[in-house]
Amino acid sequence: MDPYDLSFHRIMSKSVDRRSVMAASASSGQGTWEPVIGLETHVQLGTNSKIFTSASTTFGDDPNIHIDPVVCGLPGTLPVLNQKVLEYAVKAGMALNLQIAEHSKFDRKQYFYPDLPKNYQISQFDEPIAEEGWIDVEVAEKGKDTYTKRIGIERLHMEEDAGKLVHAGSDRLAGSTHSLVDYNRAGVALAEIVSKPDLRTGREAAEYASEIRRIMRYLGVSDGNMQEGSLRCDVNISVRQGPDEPFGTKVEIKNMNSFSAIQKACEYEIQRQIKAYETGEPVVQETRLWDEGKQITKSMRSKEGSSDYRYFPDPDLGPIEVNEERREGWRAELPELPGAKRHRYAEEFGLSVYDARVLTDERSMAEYFEAAVAAGAEAKGVANWIQGDIAAYVNANRLGYSELPLRPEQLAEMVKLIDGGKISGKIAKEILPELLEKGGSPKAIVDERGLGMISDPAAITTIVEELLAAHPDEVEAFRGGKTKLQGFFVGQLMKKTGGKADPKLANQILSQKLKG
Amino acid sequence: MAIAEWRQQLKLGEVSARELTDQHLERIAAVDPKLHAYLDVTADRARADADRIDAARTKGDDLPPLAGAPLAIKDNLCTKGIRTSCSSRMLENFVPPYESTVTERLWQAGAVLLGKTNLDEFAMGSSTETSAFGATSNPWDLSRVPGGSSGGSAAAVAAGECIAALGSDTGGSIRQPASFCGVVGLKPTYGRVSRWGLVAFASSLDQVGPFTTSVADAAEILQVIAGHDPRDSTCLNAPVPDYCASLDTPLDGLRVGLIRECFDQEGLDPQVKASVLAAANQLESLGAELVEVSCPRFNDGIATYYVIAPSEASANLARYDGVKYGYRAEGAESLATMTAGSRAEGFGSEVQRRILIGTYALSAGYVDAYYKKAQQVRTLIRRDFDSGFKSVDVMLTPTSPTTAFEAGTHADDPLAMYLADLLTIPANLAGLPAISLPCGFDDAGLPIGVQLITNVLEESRLLQVANQYELAANVMASKPSGSLIP
Repeated sequence: MDPYDLSFHRIMSKSVDRRSVMAASASSGQGTWEPVIGLETHVQLGTNSKIFTSASTTFGDDPNIHIDPVVCGLPGTLPVLNQKVLEYAVKAGMALNLQIAEHSKFDRKQYFYPDLPKNYQISQFDEPIAEEGWIDVEVAEKGKDTYTKRIGIERLHMEEDAGKLVHAGSDRLAGSTHSLVDYNRAGVALAEIVSKPDLRTGREAAEYASEIRRIMRYLGVSDGNMQEGSLRCDVNISVRQGPDEPFGTKVEIKNMNSFSAIQKACEYEIQRQIKAYETGEPVVQETRLWDEGKQITKSMRSKEGSSDYRYFPDPDLGPIEVNEERREGWRAELPELPGAKRHRYAEEFGLSVYDARVLTDERSMAEYFEAAVAAGAEAKGVANWIQGDIAAYVNANRLGYSELPLRPEQLAEMVKLIDGGKISGKIAKEILPELLEKGGSPKAIVDERGLGMISDPAAITTIVEELLAAHPDEVEAFRGGKTKLQGFFVGQLMKKTGGKADPKLANQILSQKLKG
Repeated sequence: MAIAEWRQQLKLGEVSARELTDQHLERIAAVDPKLHAYLDVTADRARADADRIDAARTKGDDLPPLAGAPLAIKDNLCTKGIRTSCSSRMLENFVPPYESTVTERLWQAGAVLLGKTNLDEFAMGSSTETSAFGATSNPWDLSRVPGGSSGGSAAAVAAGECIAALGSDTGGSIRQPASFCGVVGLKPTYGRVSRWGLVAFASSLDQVGPFTTSVADAAEILQVIAGHDPRDSTCLNAPVPDYCASLDTPLDGLRVGLIRECFDQEGLDPQVKASVLAAANQLESLGAELVEVSCPRFNDGIATYYVIAPSEASANLARYDGVKYGYRAEGAESLATMTAGSRAEGFGSEVQRRILIGTYALSAGYVDAYYKKAQQVRTLIRRDFDSGFKSVDVMLTPTSPTTAFEAGTHADDPLAMYLADLLTIPANLAGLPAISLPCGFDDAGLPIGVQLITNVLEESRLLQVANQYELAANVMASKPSGSLIP
């Protein structure tokens, strides 16, 4: 990738969680291998205009629509830093617990390639905007204990994206007759986030990437869309025969466009490297591509000796100054982040690790949940409804929580009706589709349609007595020991009341009467 | 004709803008075949612009400060819809879709574009001989060079082919040709004038400035082009004073520093030295106090410059790859050969030499010894000036160690050519404003220039001192005859 590569494996994690390392160690015939994984994540910052000019960042339009003389590097043009990009980068840095540099600068990273209009990329080399941080990543895998691991983050820096080459006659350069270049993406702002080599399994790598995406989406600095390339991960991976051994030869993997691809690519590559070492095959320093179809990594190019990018400070851009006032102003705008929310949901609402994780996955869902709880409903009930029918509806209709007709206060009203014994869960489930579609007051619907629960013991007793009189055979069988028949009576009772009988009270009265 | 005088004549209707433009177009037609100061003459546009000014005057509109002033523009400043070649095969057919900030301000001030002037290719040179489209001659003696890289602009002003011109100065490219051609050349403080639309050579050194026949005219042009530009991050957001206001202020109590290291130069022509010292004495007679100052690192400027400027150039010129615009080599079999071929054929040898030097100086293993070391020395040079300006208001040096040399003299000796910028480079490295103005002539009848330097953003003082000297010395009153000097 760049010169940081060379030092990458010399930086040893200070806080590797031993337990997870042991749990993650890959066994093989000859012993135990420890994988060492680090990620370089490129996040497109979601500003309307590009990092150094006012050209639009819209994705997916016709080629070379969103370009201007600066994007194309025409002679005499100059870059001017988009202050929104700086704000987003600083906020992202703070969310990753990085130290924000008071003074930093841009450098030119030089290499010739037609997708790079100036043949140098404006990036940050030795004075990035943010350095030395960490995030806590919750690692959950089916059949294994969920654990939290702190992953170190080396740095975050700002840079411009390159354009895109379209090879005609082949999907690769090899075999193509000619190539076209589209500069729409050129100059889109990127934050490159470099982790420390603290990751030990494919799952950890995927969870780390997913947490980065979640944080960026919470901040609103990126949509993190992996399909559209607004979040791209490169993995650096090696294996060694134990935590105290020197690092093995590092391989870089590219071209994964989902978290599961990251996980699988790591898992494949770990096994490939172990097998290579054990059979005496050499593991060479190279870049490999993940082949999603074949589920394997393939060699792309060897990386003996790194390229010389001839970095030097960009004389067209002055120093980047972020004073305390500006920095703290931005800090005050940071939302509560997913990690803190997960923690709080468990502490404050007593939710399970799983529930907390699901509810906090998207900021809008979490905010919806919190608004419903704030309106006075019990957290657990709200959590269940959101994760169940509501999430299904939202996903099926591709809605955002902010545009859902059922407002959180209305959901809270419904949950309170259930918890207060005013309606049964069954009734709630029945009226929910209409609420989801149109919104409205659940209480008003219940009142209007007489769906309120029958919780008058006398009324229920009357109905129970009628039921028992109508089914003498079943009553006799019950009293003869077939106690399972109580379910039959509950069913009949609900049928007769249209599901409105208070289930707890009904069971109680029924038991009493059945015993005789 | 001075700009102020022209403005008065236009206002009174004594001369029309069209007449002035036509006079200059005729002069160009008469002398430029011998001089080759212009690469392109924009006669139709010039006449149309002049007619618009006349129409506005007839209507009684207020006229902007440079109304009808016919100017020439160095061909590394982008002019919308008009070819901007940088005197390079690479940009032979490049027509910018945007206007540089400086020229935009000139047109808004009513100036008329006569044409684009010749330069050393991409402003790399000190003689205008590296132009891909032929050299420019010195109007005082056609066998000599006009200096460079803004040789076309300097020669055009000296030969009366325009009222004033713009050039750019990276290491002396305005002041040295001004000196060789006997005109006034001003390099403003780095960041005083926007670089938007100036095709970059060395971004941390490049600065646009005027060529004029008088100091007052230089003040007039600077007034129009100076000031903050949001399109250039390195452009200073400092108020622009009235540069003409202090031109007439006497020099009483002014302290003038003679930089010892400049006068100790081995290669300094004795006639140049004598003339420049006489200029210093003239300032003394005007009430200034002469003080000797030392800038111990002054002579390291050239070595420092020839690391920093090529380093920046190697990146700035990387964009010329034949992919998007500009020259593309024919028949290339691969991307690599297309890029390499386009650059090998599109760039001349001096440009290639500097790209190679810069690429080398930034390479892993050398960057500390060259680029970073040069940046450190640059800081030391700046500090020399800082301490010097604690005791003096303005510093004085020769502009060039010699007068204009014969064409072809340094063709095979780039190092000798580089020495022509010895005395001008330190002001670029330190970001200081500096001016060259005529102070005499040598035995061959060639003009000699004196350079004045002030602290950052002190252009007013710089122009004041230069103007007081110019008025008192009246150097041009005793000018020898030159081949194409009006």
